[in-house]
Amino acid sequence: MRYLLRRSLHAVFLLLGVSLLTFLFSALAPGNYFDEMRLNPQISPETVAALRAQYQLDRPLPVRYAHWLNAVAHGQMGFSFAYNSPVAPLLWARARNTLLLTVTATLLAWLLALPLGVWSAAGFGRAPDRVVSWTTATLLVIPDLVLALGLLIIAVRTGWFPTGGLTSVGFDELSPLSKLRDLAWHMTLPVIALVLAALPTLVRHVRASVAEVLEAPFLRAALGHGLPHSKLLYVYALRAAANPLISLFGFSVGTLLSGSLLVEVVMSWPGLGPFLLEAILARDLYVVIGGVLLSMIFLVAGNLFSDVLLYWADPRIRTAASAK
Amino acid sequence: MKQRRKLMIWLVILAVLHGIIAAAGFFAPYDPVEQDRERPYLPPMHIHIVDAHGHFHLRPFFYPLRLREGSFDQYEEDTATTVPLRFFERGAAYRVLGFVPSRLHFFGAPGDRVYLLGSDAYGRDELSRILYGGQISLLAGLLGAGVTLFLGALIGMAAGYYGGWRDELLMRIAELFLALPWLYLLFALRAFLPLAVSPLEAFLLVVVVIGMVGWARPARLVRGVVLSVKERDFVRAARGFGASDFYLLRRHILPETASVLLTQAAILVPQFVLAEMTLSFLGLGVPEPMSSWGNLLATLQQYNVLVSYWWMYLPALAIVPFFLGYLSLASALQERAGAYKIEEKGNWNPS
Repeated sequence: MRYLLRRSLHAVFLLLGVSLLTFLFSALAPGNYFDEMRLNPQISPETVAALRAQYQLDRPLPVRYAHWLNAVAHGQMGFSFAYNSPVAPLLWARARNTLLLTVTATLLAWLLALPLGVWSAAGFGRAPDRVVSWTTATLLVIPDLVLALGLLIIAVRTGWFPTGGLTSVGFDELSPLSKLRDLAWHMTLPVIALVLAALPTLVRHVRASVAEVLEAPFLRAALGHGLPHSKLLYVYALRAAANPLISLFGFSVGTLLSGSLLVEVVMSWPGLGPFLLEAILARDLYVVIGGVLLSMIFLVAGNLFSDVLLYWADPRIRTAASAK
Repeated sequence: MKQRRKLMIWLVILAVLHGIIAAAGFFAPYDPVEQDRERPYLPPMHIHIVDAHGHFHLRPFFYPLRLREGSFDQYEEDTATTVPLRFFERGAAYRVLGFVPSRLHFFGAPGDRVYLLGSDAYGRDELSRILYGGQISLLAGLLGAGVTLFLGALIGMAAGYYGGWRDELLMRIAELFLALPWLYLLFALRAFLPLAVSPLEAFLLVVVVIGMVGWARPARLVRGVVLSVKERDFVRAARGFGASDFYLLRRHILPETASVLLTQAAILVPQFVLAEMTLSFLGLGVPEPMSSWGNLLATLQQYNVLVSYWWMYLPALAIVPFFLGYLSLASALQERAGAYKIEEKGNWNPS
């Protein structure tokens, strides 16, 4: 338990650090949302100054940071200038869609990567291994932007998949089951793009760590005792190889979050990506900070989840943690 | 020996690829901003050596395109006249590597315009735009990687050499940078920099932004090397002779980090080219009329372009051979360094 507590504490410090960092950056930024207003002759300088005061942009940085932290603690995350409303609900509406995409893609990518990697490692150097290696190598040299745009063009030309959005027109009238089907249909393309972008890295790591474990004496002994091959591979070998893979899981969340940002813009998925882009173009300071922090929260959540998994899967960590 | 050969092969391939982009003026038939408003969204032309009557031509030629009857954006080949392709033609003026003025082009078609990869909304030659755009994208990637490696080496050496609280502080900050999903970090940095700027300033901004994103990883690796090198006998000996910190870092420690920095460069350059593409694609990078691989792709955000003009996707494919080259070079370098770890894309946050 001590181990998990320490990891959580670490996560909290990471979040504080990121928020401080983004705030520092924002303080260095030339110009803000109200600069455009100042150029508008119909808005008096007093009004602009009053607005600045209302949003506390005229206060020194530490005060602003303290205020903002207070707002975060109350679930607000500051105020959006462009939407004139608290940031948190705005962000949350988009973040749900981003989460839907990334969680699905993460699960799918890992569900594919584990058997592919194990299969490849089991036949090290033979035909299946070569096929997997070549496929991952090919996918590896196709950047996610190129991949997403290519998929979109295929979708447009074949008409198999919708080319954007979350739901069809008239979604509200559909029965619950068709609603689900409609959503899945819209998700297919972005999820494929994300999974294909993440897959090669994952498969290669699974292959490498399983191949390393397969050399271990205990597995050779198990093989000699006549244990079935599949049980050997998927239960014993995979479990022994789990440690680096679980750490990779936490990182894969970060990669997928980044990928999702881009894929969302390309495929007009109403997630954080288009929202943040719009906020950057409008200089909507707190929305950008909130978005970055939210991505960090997701990432930290993913890492904590992988810590728990590690604790559960690797007895060495448990004993090391309780020995302290 | 085999590793060495592999390394050399990939280096030569990369040199050729970069050479083509560096000599964009020569290989591109036209000026990338020269418009031909009469012929927007012309599809790629086909080069023939056998004409419509079945006659063989020694010199490759193409048929001019004309609008199909009753259509406003469908073109067909006008087989009445053939336009021969001429090599080493004189055409639009350009400067070799930005210095020597020249008019010599690899190929051209006197009397008509040839669009090997089609034209864009303003009738600009897509091939020329891709070649010139590559200069911007690659330069941004290379300079960005330069900035990152400089920062990384500086911070890594400071942390590793001085140790103590400085090491602790720098590595905690590096952890923050490593933890953030890179595109969010890129967005955050870009968000706090001015938006309306001239193309040149925009380019420099992009370089600075992508240069500041990736320093943490090389810094950590350099720090690791420095930690082990500074305890080696030759460094202790030099210190014993009264060498200053700066001298030690420059003469004895920096050279030891070369292999790490080189490998990191091979990994970072393609990722930073992609970062430039991403920023420009999203409209946060290099603006029109300058072309870069990213802003060439930005037109694909319009639905009608996506549906009707597939050749606007071609700039995306330009980066693929560079990705292949750099990734293979990186793995060859790593093999040489004896580290058999496979490094991959999407890997500048995880470690």
